[in-house]
Amino acid sequence: MFRRLPDLGGETVNFTIDGRPATARLGDTVAAALLASGMESCRTTPVSGAPRAPYCMMGVCFECLVTINGIGNRQSCLIPVAEGMAIETQKGARSIASEYSAKGDAA
Amino acid sequence: MKTIKDVAALSECYDLLVIGAGPAGMAAAATGAEQGLSTLLIDENPAPGGQIYRGITTTPVAAKETLGADYWRGTDLVRDLTASEATYAPETTVWSVGPAAEGPSDPGRMEVGVSVGGAARLIQARQVIAATGALERPFPIPGWTLPGVMTAGGAQIALKTSGLVPDGRVVVAGSGPLLYLLTAQLRAAGAKISVMLDTTPHENWGRAIRYASDFLRSPYLGKGLKLLLGAHRGMRIVRGITAIEADGDSRVRSVRFRHGSKEEELPCDVLLLHQGVVPNINLANAVGCALDWDDDQLTWVPQTDEWYETSVKGFTIAGDGAGIGGAESAALRGRLAALGAGHRLGRLSAKDRDQMAAPVRTELMRAGRGRRFLDVLYRPAKAFRVPKADDTIVCRCEEVTAGKLRETVALGVAGPNQMKSFLRCGMGPCQGRLCGLTVTELIADTRGVSPNEVGGYRLRPPIKPITLGELAALPKTPAAIKAVER
Amino acid sequence: MTQNSAIRLESEIAVIGGGLVGSATAYGLARQGARVLMFDEGDIAYRASRGNFALVWVQSKGLGMPEYATWTKASAEQWSTLAKSLRDDTDIDVAHHQPGGFILCLSEAEMEARINAMRRLHNQPKMVQYPYEVLDHDETKRRLPAIGPDVVGSVFCPLDGHVNSLRLFRALHTAIARLKVDYRPNSPIESIKPDHDGFLINGPWGQARVQKVVLAAGLGNARLAPMVGLHAPVRPSKGQVIVTEKAAPFLHHPMVTVRQTDEGGVMIGDSQEDLGFDTVVTPPVISLMAQRAVRMFPLLAGLNIVRTWSALRVMSPDGFPIYDQSQSCPGAFVVTCHSGVTLAANHTLTLAHHILEGTLPASLEAFSSRRFHVSSAA
Ligand SMILES: Cc1cc2nc3c(=O)[nH]c(=O)nc-3n(C[C@H](O)[C@@H](O)[C@H](O)COP(=O)(O)OP(=O)(O)OC[C@H]3O[C@@H](n4cnc5c(N)ncnc54)[C@H](O)[C@@H]3O)c2cc1C
Ligand SMILES: Cc1cc2nc3c(=O)[nH]c(=O)nc-3n(C[C@H](O)[C@H](O)[C@H](O)COP(=O)(O)OP(=O)(O)OC[C@H]3O[C@@H](n4cnc5c(N)ncnc54)[C@H](O)[C@@H]3O)c2cc1C
Ligand code: FES
Repeated sequence: MFRRLPDLGGETVNFTIDGRPATARLGDTVAAALLASGMESCRTTPVSGAPRAPYCMMGVCFECLVTINGIGNRQSCLIPVAEGMAIETQKGARSIASEYSAKGDAA
Repeated sequence: MKTIKDVAALSECYDLLVIGAGPAGMAAAATGAEQGLSTLLIDENPAPGGQIYRGITTTPVAAKETLGADYWRGTDLVRDLTASEATYAPETTVWSVGPAAEGPSDPGRMEVGVSVGGAARLIQARQVIAATGALERPFPIPGWTLPGVMTAGGAQIALKTSGLVPDGRVVVAGSGPLLYLLTAQLRAAGAKISVMLDTTPHENWGRAIRYASDFLRSPYLGKGLKLLLGAHRGMRIVRGITAIEADGDSRVRSVRFRHGSKEEELPCDVLLLHQGVVPNINLANAVGCALDWDDDQLTWVPQTDEWYETSVKGFTIAGDGAGIGGAESAALRGRLAALGAGHRLGRLSAKDRDQMAAPVRTELMRAGRGRRFLDVLYRPAKAFRVPKADDTIVCRCEEVTAGKLRETVALGVAGPNQMKSFLRCGMGPCQGRLCGLTVTELIADTRGVSPNEVGGYRLRPPIKPITLGELAALPKTPAAIKAVER
Repeated sequence: MTQNSAIRLESEIAVIGGGLVGSATAYGLARQGARVLMFDEGDIAYRASRGNFALVWVQSKGLGMPEYATWTKASAEQWSTLAKSLRDDTDIDVAHHQPGGFILCLSEAEMEARINAMRRLHNQPKMVQYPYEVLDHDETKRRLPAIGPDVVGSVFCPLDGHVNSLRLFRALHTAIARLKVDYRPNSPIESIKPDHDGFLINGPWGQARVQKVVLAAGLGNARLAPMVGLHAPVRPSKGQVIVTEKAAPFLHHPMVTVRQTDEGGVMIGDSQEDLGFDTVVTPPVISLMAQRAVRMFPLLAGLNIVRTWSALRVMSPDGFPIYDQSQSCPGAFVVTCHSGVTLAANHTLTLAHHILEGTLPASLEAFSSRRFHVSSAA
């Protein structure tokens, strides 16, 4: 859907999308990094299961929600991507029960 | 300028708290600090700029002509801000503003809920200027929720902040001067835009013409002509569009549109929508500011006085959040707002304030020249504000359709708040930002009354997401304990 | 304001107020074939029915008036009949569930107070009997694995349940529309006058002549009741509520202050404040509500809040419902309560029938407002 302009320079950042490695440019928001990586949709809705992708890129539509480092429903268009980030696309409503037990296991 | 990224490092109280680091907020903060006011500037983005100057200190798009001279004009504002004594808190959101319950009582003292990196706090401000700007008007067409359909402004943000351009078969659709600007920037950056679908109603020309003389004397004329001429080069423009539909399964695959009696369908990978911007009034609404329906701009506009103070004492709105006037006007209004606040704080005498404001007001007059013509000319068509097709989604979050809304009006639901209860429209995470105007206009249209009579959603804090954990950590009062513990 | 006042209406019964109480009563009346007019205010109004917590709640109700416990239990028991009737009439599923509910306690003191309250409630003479269990932390944890260490124990009652109260609101309005109730929003009532065999009802919109009138105007009843020889000294009690984003189902029982809706959002309620008609949401109150909820269920801490609100309960001096027929103006009734969700089944299936018959039975005598005259004389 999006491609990057050639010769932008800048530092690169490594992260994962659903476990697959990807790279972004330092300064990208997570949403931009996902668009640049060829992702088509970042979640399905809790109401009907329809796929959605970032729509406004400015924090007002809440379509860009993804799981970042184990925390669901983060607004990816407002969050800068960081080295080592684990980003997951979401299916339907966020499961706080599994987020919570994963956090417990990690601790 | 001092930068703070930790909620604990914020002071208990600021003389002036400015929300939003677009042109209005940057100008207000610099002007406030210049008067010696302890000034805090908060913005949810990682860097200053707001929408027009988004990423101006960080953009990787080096070629100046891609984003254009108007974009780079923001450098001056950033320089003034950086040179000032203001404190700047990036990646920080304001989720509530309300009257301060305790503490020294100066009229207008406010309590402001802020959140940084997952930690919330309440701080106080003696004056608040909301420079929260605008957002793109909802564009409810069938298929607008499909991946691959986004706002043209969203694509511009991806370009400014990350140097991304839409790829594949790109179609832009809508109306307004910004649509042409965004299209030109994306094309300058190398996007191949195959077609522009212009939805500006033909009739608008007839109405706009009487405001043309001001426009002809304004700088908009030259800029507009350049954009129009540019647009015609290498891009098909279809005018008089009366219906658009995005089609696809897991993402947009094609776009269908009608112009005159003709219907066409084109393959499409990215569909960019834009039909103007409207004030982002969520905060003002939650604070309780009186709002009026503006029939020219087809949106809610907060009531303000000549210093942009709202009906809520101590709460001022500067920039496009107080009515769309454009970036230049936003910065000027930011300065006036800060002068007004300085006077109310006893920092400036009325005489000094007025003297300092006089040249700003002159500039503001000049900057506003020609706007009326543009407003009237690019008043978006009803078909794209009040969707005709019943299966068009109006509330994206709760997936409520136009048909369902009309059916529910027929039950006797007279306004958006009862509608919200009945259908959940406006109850999702976007808090009605993407459906509020449509719901109001659709109810008004179905009932045959004015939007002002129908009213808008009533909102409450938090107007930006905070977690239960963040909220739980805030201070309690004895009254709260009495109210809750039973 | 005279331009619309030309409207002239005529009907058998007028219900004043289109909240849950008015619409449930109107539904009951219309189901039995009555011709009903229902008057309501507009989009912005004090309307508890839009802001409630959606419990169909039994345990803890009726201390001081055992008849209220009987009445509440009866409503909980016939709630599934109401839900089915609404589904049949409107195709709307109001998500009524009765899995049993908990009151969780966060300290030994709270636990003791709760146990005492339950004991006093059930030791009252004439108290209807129903099962409840006092559970310690471990047993509560076995049944509600998500609780945190701060939960000392709980009281569980199998009769407790919840619904989707907004869908209930819509279903009632849809049902009455299908049954040809003439619903009149934006039509406030200013005065009611007894007239021959009926009543003349007036507002800025015009006038209606009806044989019977049911006051179901929530807080508005206080002003309207004396016009027809009734007494409904209700006052507002403010309640603040928080709701979160949708989450996958994890909470399968309602608590009195925390529940997960069928749509996934978690609701956290609800404070009680006596501040007149003030409806501002205040951070310290919602903060404490959030803190208690997170102590009950630590996994809630990461959920984002999407909305908060405050709404006004319709509270009588002793907190119990008022059901009365006017002695001086027979045919005028008042129906008001602070648990209009719980009691909706009774209002539709039982009370409406009595109103149509024209007499309230002896079993409802306890709810007459005469009880307030007695206590003020004492
Ligand atoms: C997507 C988009 C793109 C635009 N592009 C252009 C353009 O290229 N050229 C042009 O002339 N005009 C453009 N505009 C019009 C725009 O309104 C400008 O006129 C100008 O940016 C307005 O300036 P402002 O200071 O009023 O607000 P803005 O520039 O919009 O700044 C508001 C700032 O406040 C922040 N904010 C809002 N709410 C909160 C909160 N609760 N907490 C913390 N921060 C908050 C926002 O993130 C934003 O940074 C654009 C508008 C939009 C919506
Ligand atoms: C925070 C909170 C939590 C609650 N939780 C629960 C719960 O969990 N379970 C439960 O069972 N109950 C609960 N309730 C109570 C329940 O919501 C109410 O009992 C119920 O909504 C009351 O309904 P009502 O129709 O009497 O009043 P309202 O909903 O207030 O409706 C009154 C109606 O009358 C109209 N009106 C007023 N004056 C006039 C006039 N002069 N002319 C015409 N119309 C008029 C108003 O516009 C309004 O529509 C809760 C209430 C609150 C506030
Ligand atoms: S894309 Fe709209 S909120 Fe992130």
